[in-house]
This record gives sequence, structure tokens and C-alpha cells, in this order.
Amino acid sequence: MAQHHDHGHGHDHDHHEEHEQLKVLGFWIFVVTDCVLFGTLFATYAVMMNSFAGGPTGQELFQLPGVIASTFILLTSSFTSGLAVLAMNKGNVKQLIAWLAVTGLLGLSFVVLEVTEFMHLISEGATMGTSGYWSAFYTLVGTHGLHVTLGLFWMTALIFQLKRRGITAVTRRKITNLSLYWHFLDVVWIFLFTVVYLMGVM
Amino acid sequence: MWENIKDFASTFFVTGDPLIYGADVSIVLSIIAIVFVLTKYKKWGWLWREWLTTVDHKRIGIMYLIASLLMLFRGGVDALLMRLQLAFPNVEFLNSEHYNAIFTTHGTIMILFMAMPMMFALFNMVVPLQLGARDVAYPFLNALSFWLFMLGAMLFNISFVIGGSPDAGWLSYPPLSQNEFSPGPGQNFYIWGIQISGIGSLATGINFIVTILKMRAPGMKLSKMPLFSWSVLSSCIMIIFAFPILTVTLALLFLDRFAGAHFFTMDGGGNPMMYLNLIWMWGHPEVYIVVVPAFGIFSEIVATFSRKKIFGYKSMVWAMMIIAVVSFFTWAHHFFTMGTSASVIAFFAISTMIVGIPTGVKVFNWLFTMYRGRISFKQPMLWTIAFIPCFVIGGATGVMLAVAPADYQYHNSYFLVAHFHQVLIGGVVFGYLAGIYYWWPKLFGFKLDEKLGKWGFWFWNIGFYVCFMPQYALGFMGMTRRYYTYGWDRGWADLNLVSTVGAFLMGIGFIFQVWQIAYSIKNGERDTTGDPWNGRTLEWSIPSPAPFYNFAVVPQVKEMDDWWATKEAKANGTYKEEPAKLEPIHMPKNSGIPFIMANFWFLVGFGFTFGWVWMAVIGFIGVFACMWARSFQYDTDYYVPVEEVRRTEASLGRVV
Ligand code: HEM
Ligand SMILES: [Cu+2]
Repeated sequence: MAQHHDHGHGHDHDHHEEHEQLKVLGFWIFVVTDCVLFGTLFATYAVMMNSFAGGPTGQELFQLPGVIASTFILLTSSFTSGLAVLAMNKGNVKQLIAWLAVTGLLGLSFVVLEVTEFMHLISEGATMGTSGYWSAFYTLVGTHGLHVTLGLFWMTALIFQLKRRGITAVTRRKITNLSLYWHFLDVVWIFLFTVVYLMGVM
Repeated sequence: MWENIKDFASTFFVTGDPLIYGADVSIVLSIIAIVFVLTKYKKWGWLWREWLTTVDHKRIGIMYLIASLLMLFRGGVDALLMRLQLAFPNVEFLNSEHYNAIFTTHGTIMILFMAMPMMFALFNMVVPLQLGARDVAYPFLNALSFWLFMLGAMLFNISFVIGGSPDAGWLSYPPLSQNEFSPGPGQNFYIWGIQISGIGSLATGINFIVTILKMRAPGMKLSKMPLFSWSVLSSCIMIIFAFPILTVTLALLFLDRFAGAHFFTMDGGGNPMMYLNLIWMWGHPEVYIVVVPAFGIFSEIVATFSRKKIFGYKSMVWAMMIIAVVSFFTWAHHFFTMGTSASVIAFFAISTMIVGIPTGVKVFNWLFTMYRGRISFKQPMLWTIAFIPCFVIGGATGVMLAVAPADYQYHNSYFLVAHFHQVLIGGVVFGYLAGIYYWWPKLFGFKLDEKLGKWGFWFWNIGFYVCFMPQYALGFMGMTRRYYTYGWDRGWADLNLVSTVGAFLMGIGFIFQVWQIAYSIKNGERDTTGDPWNGRTLEWSIPSPAPFYNFAVVPQVKEMDDWWATKEAKANGTYKEEPAKLEPIHMPKNSGIPFIMANFWFLVGFGFTFGWVWMAVIGFIGVFACMWARSFQYDTDYYVPVEEVRRTEASLGRVV
């Protein structure tokens, strides 16, 4: 570590900035791969759209009010994650952490609502094994939910790190990536809501 | 109780087959030998510090290389077993189930656990050096990719002795791969082995795209970038679009098997045809993913060994990029015969033939580069020259297969088997071998022996034609793929025997190569110059073996083939020596997390393979713990002081 400080600080700083930017680019590419992943799941869902095999249909079982509530919750959380980034740009750690916490709580309620919905559907007799349609439904919606859950873990880890280290080049990059991820999940959800739920009840 | 244990053991450990007993014994013996040697020479610490935790791309490359050569051996033994079985009619050496297992593991291992890692070995060994970079963009992720590949490959390989091998073909079409027809754990080994290593491959794709886009030495515009790096970029672009599809496909197949889902089942609204579409949307680009880097290798070698600039640089780049795009629009040529409309078939037939055009362009460029060059026939060049006719024939038979009406005749016949081996061996294997011979001195500091290498070369080449040419004929004579035995009355006996002889000739070629490596470690010509082939690109400007930080001073690039231009300028006396200023070098620290995390992934895979959810849960918790731990690590790099750089360079015979 001693050496670390002996050699020109300016240099050190440049290197870090460069490396952090590199990681943001990599994260963008990761998001592209995630788009392909969701694209494949959407395509699968489209193929299975009418494969009810005599079982219940989405139209019969979906309860839109709950889904609309989760949509609002997720959209709001996207907004609050934007506020977190604004706070970061102003250099206000406390605000940043607070907005992250709000985002996390909203995300958590989204996940809870989703789990409740799944339990309701299962109690109505629509499980993964009911038909191709429900297999595709749970996989597509569940993968999104899993992504959100992962995001929550990540957010928690970052809150700890912000408390300990404040806003540095590294935490800044991590927050940037996290908010990118979060907005991305929001976009995916909008597609999901349209294709699965709205078209499902139509 | 005792009965239960015995029961469990007899299903868990595959027994009753002499081949498997042999494998058991050799696995146990080699583990004992490794543990013994490491303990005796007190090498555990060394192994951990220098290899298991390394983030140096060159070492990771070496580990990929060793793993892929081992897998080439395993896949090759599978191939020889199959060819033995088919050498004569009515042979009862392997029964039908065993034959199924062997062609499945052979195909899977050769493509996913031999070709892919050998390709990643070359990426890692070469790309940063060629770009004038100190490392890849994400060294930690790079190590993680390697260990995910490694543990995935191990998971797949132990299926042979634990639980049973998969036997539904290398692409595992349902319904054959569903519980109903593949009830044991074999298919789960397939799913998880590929899934885990596939995540690693995807990460490698991202890593090298960023490396190539962002880590080039100052002055190296994309239009001056060496062609191998271009080919890697093209291949990685295909990886990031193709591998997520594979991830999803395998996950869906797993859900069918594990959770009773109905994606690809015959009942419950499932659709097996959907699997074919999905798997080939990955599978077709996959074959281009492995072959395009070979094109890059040939371009480097042809230019170096003809002492000429590559002919048609721009058209080469365009050709590779066009292949990267068009390869995604050809997948349905794998099931022309399975019933779709004529217009769909026409679309895919034409798109398939279009891929042939850029490939043809490349072949002509290589030929023009050689034309009037001062060619030297060292090993890398030999393999390159052997590749050209082989790939041209393979390409021509490919176009024959793309003619949809004709495909009704060739589909799943030995004609197809001959075709794809011709492009996979003649293109991919020959290409990677050429690359390994070419860059070997840079990594290890010595050349591989020419004489032994030439023996290996001729055995491979003659063996290749002896093995696969008869198979084209067998295809026309009605022999379809995946036959495990046939009768005298078919009239296939002579050609099959010839084909088997050819396969063994290739096996002998491989033995020569192993011998060659062992021999050259002691006696190979040492490379003291750093530039044994009189190369053109930046990797030849530094000492061999390359020091861990690659470049003591980051090069300033002015020309395409910058190192060649520098050498010419030096010879003409027009070279302006710029005073080299050493600065402390920023390097990543080693980390044990990639290795540990991959082991937890192994637990996940193994748990799901046997339906032991508790074990999978432990695995997932471990994976998360590793990610969490990594996220909290901030002190991940350090500086190499100028003094150390100076000392290292001096020890390699350089003054800076
Ligand atoms: C080294 C010499 C090789 C020999 C003698 C050989 C031989 C064979 C044989 C006998 C089969 C089974 C054909 C059948 O019964 O359907 C086969 C299948 C296959 N081989 Fe090879 N092979 C060799 C190398 C390779 C390489 C280098 C690759 C890929 C990079 C490869 C990829 C495959 C694939 C994908 C299959 C299809 C497996 C399936 O049907 O599921 N082989 N090979
Ligand atoms: Cu194809």
C-alpha cells in the first residue's frame, strides 16, 4: 500500500477514472445480453400464448388491480432511483442512501406482490405443470422477479458500502450501473405488463 | 440400512462396464499421483498463488490450453471407440446405449469443452499482447470465466463414472431428452455442465469486446488493428447474442425435466419444434463463433510467413462482420426436412449460401497474399496451407447441403458427418493448431520441434482424408448417422474399415504432438529475440516469454503492422528512438474468489443433477456469498515499481 501513495497521485486518479468507465461500458453490454435473454423468453411466451391444453387461461385468472399496483410501484421506484443518482451528483451521501432505501423498499413490495399473485394463481390451479402457457408465464414473469430480487441484494450491499466509503469513483460507478439495471428492469416490466397482462385479458 | 447404501452406491456409481472400471481406476490413480507430487514437492502454496488465484491473462490462457488438450484427448478417445465399433459389420464391442452415450459426449466435448476453451486460450494468449495492452478489461471476470468453464467441464465429464452419461445427442433434442426417455441424471449433467461453462463463455465475450474497443495502445485505430483481434471481436459479438439464447433454452429444458413444465413436451401444450428452433439459433452461430477466430489466425500467419502485408485488409474485416450477422439467419437449415413452408425453406437456403460469399473472399485474399511472397514453410504455415483445400471442399459440400431439395437426400446421413468434420477439423482444429504453433514461443519462450511436428502434421492430414472421404460415399450409399452397427449385406464394410484406419492415423498424429511438446520443453529452440518468426504485430516486440505486465512501456502505434514498420525503419536508418520513460505499472491483484465461486456453481449443478435441492441451495448461497464478498473488496490492484520493471526487463535481456 505504501507504494501506492509514493507514486504520483494524479496518475493514480486517471487510472481509476478510466477503469471505472470501462466497467460502465461492460455493464451496458451485459444489459444487451440480458435483452437477448428476455427477448428469447418473450418469444417463447408468444409461441405458448394459446397452449392452454384445456387448463385455465390467463383471462380467467388474472386480477388486474394488483398488477396495476405493482406497475405503479415499480415505476415509482425507477423514479426514486433517478433521484438517488441526482443526490449522488450533488455529492449528498445521506440523500443518496435515503433514496436508495426508498427504492429498495418499493422493489421489495413489488416482489411481495408478485409472490402473492403467484400463490393466488397456484391456489386457482394454475401451476408450472398445468400447461405450456403457464410454464411460459411463470418463467417469464419469474425471471423478471428474480432480477428484481437480485437488484435488491445489490442495493443493500451498496448502501453498506456508501456508509463506509462515501461517494468515490468506485461507488459512483456502482450506483450508475445499478440505476441502469433498475431502469432496464422497468422497461422489461412495461413490455411484460403489456404483452402478458393487458393482451392476456383482452 | 446396508441394503439402502448398496442400492444407492450401485445407481450413483456407474459400474458393470470394463471401460468404466478402467476410467475409475485411472481417475483415482491420477488424483493420488497429483496429491502425492504436490505434497512431496511442497507445491500446494505455489499452485494456489501462481495458478488457482491468478488473474494474468497469459496464465489463464495456458490453463485453457491444457484443459482443451485434455478434452481433445477425451473426445478423441470417444471418436476412436466409435470408429472401432463401426470398423466391421456386426461388431459387439459397444452396445447401442453405450454408443449413444459416446457420440453424445464426443460431440458435446469437442465443441463446447475442446473448441471453445482452445479458442479462449488463444484469445487470452494473444489479444492483449496484440493490442499493446497490459491486460484484458476485467481480469477478475476473466479468471471467473475460466473457472466456470473448468468446473462445468468437470461436471459434464464425471457423468461417465457417476450416474451415467447423457445419450440424447450433442444437442439433446426433446422428446428424447425428456424424463420419459432419459430418466437418469445423464441429461441433467449435460444441462448443468453446459449451463455453467456457458455463463463463463458469455462473460468472456463481454470481456473481450470491451478489451478490443477500449484497451488498444494509443494510435491503434480500429482500421489499424490486426486481423486476429478483428476476428475475436466478430466472434465475441456473436457470443453475446447467441449465448443468452442457449442459457434460456437449457433452463427451459431443465424446467421441463425438473419442475414438470411443458415447454417441449409432447403433451400439455408443449412444442418440441420450439426446442429445435431455439437450440439452433444458438447452435448455428456457435459454429461460426469457433471458426471465425481461425480465419483471423490464418490471416496473421499468411502475412508473416509470406513476408507481405495481408491482401485486402478491409474486405477481410467486412467479411468477418458480415458472417457475424448472417450466421444468425441460417439456423433453420438444420431441419429443412421437418416440415415448413417452401418460402421459409427458401429464405434459409439462400441465407446459408450467402455466408459462402464472404468466406470465398477470404480464401482468395489469403491466396493473393501468398502469391509472389517469400513463403517459409514452418509449422504454422503448413497447417494454414493444409486448411485451404480442406475448407474449400467442406464449404462446397456445405453448399450442397444448403440446397434444400437435395438435403432431403443427405439429411442426417454420413455425408453430413463428413461435411461437418471437414469444416470443424479442417477449419477449427487446423486453425487453432496453427495458432498454437505460431504463438507458443511468445508464451513459453521456446519453439515446438519442427521435425516431430511435421510427423504429426502428416499423420493428421493423411488420416483426415482417409477417415472422412469414404464417409461422403457412405452417405450416398444410404448409411445414416448414429448407426451403431450394420450388416454385411449393406456393402458398407470396406469403406468403414478405411475410415477407421484414417481415424487412427489422426490419433497417431495427436500422439506425435504430445511427444513434441514433451520433447520441446527440454530441447526446443529457445527464443531469445522475442520475435522468432520475424513477425509484424506488437506481440513480437516484447521479450518471450512475455513478462507479467506485458509492455514495460506502452507502445505508440503509427502504422498497421506497427512492429514490422518499426523494424523496416530501423533497417533504413529512419527510425527515431524516443527515450523510454518507465512509470509504475498498474496491475490487478490475484483473487481466490473466482475459483471458490466456480466450485459453488459446481455444487449447484451437481445438486440439481441428482435432484438434491438442499445441495443446490448451499451452492447458491455460496455463490451469493462470493459475489457479496467481491463487492466489498476495494483494494483490488497495486503498482509495480519502476525498479522491479527495470529488473524484470534486464533479466529478459532488455535494457529500458
Ligand atoms: C479427430 C477425429 C474425429 C473423429 C474420428 C470423429 C468421429 C466421429 C464419429 C464416428 C461420430 C459419430 C457419427 C455418428 O455415428 O453419428 C462423430 C460425431 C460428431 N463429431 Fe466427431 N470426430 C472427430 C473429431 C471431431 C471434432 C474435432 C469435432 C468438433 C470440433 C467433432 C464434432 C462432432 C459432432 C458435433 C458429432 C455429432 C454428435 C452427435 O451425433 O450428437 N468431431 N465424430
Ligand atoms: Cu448451421
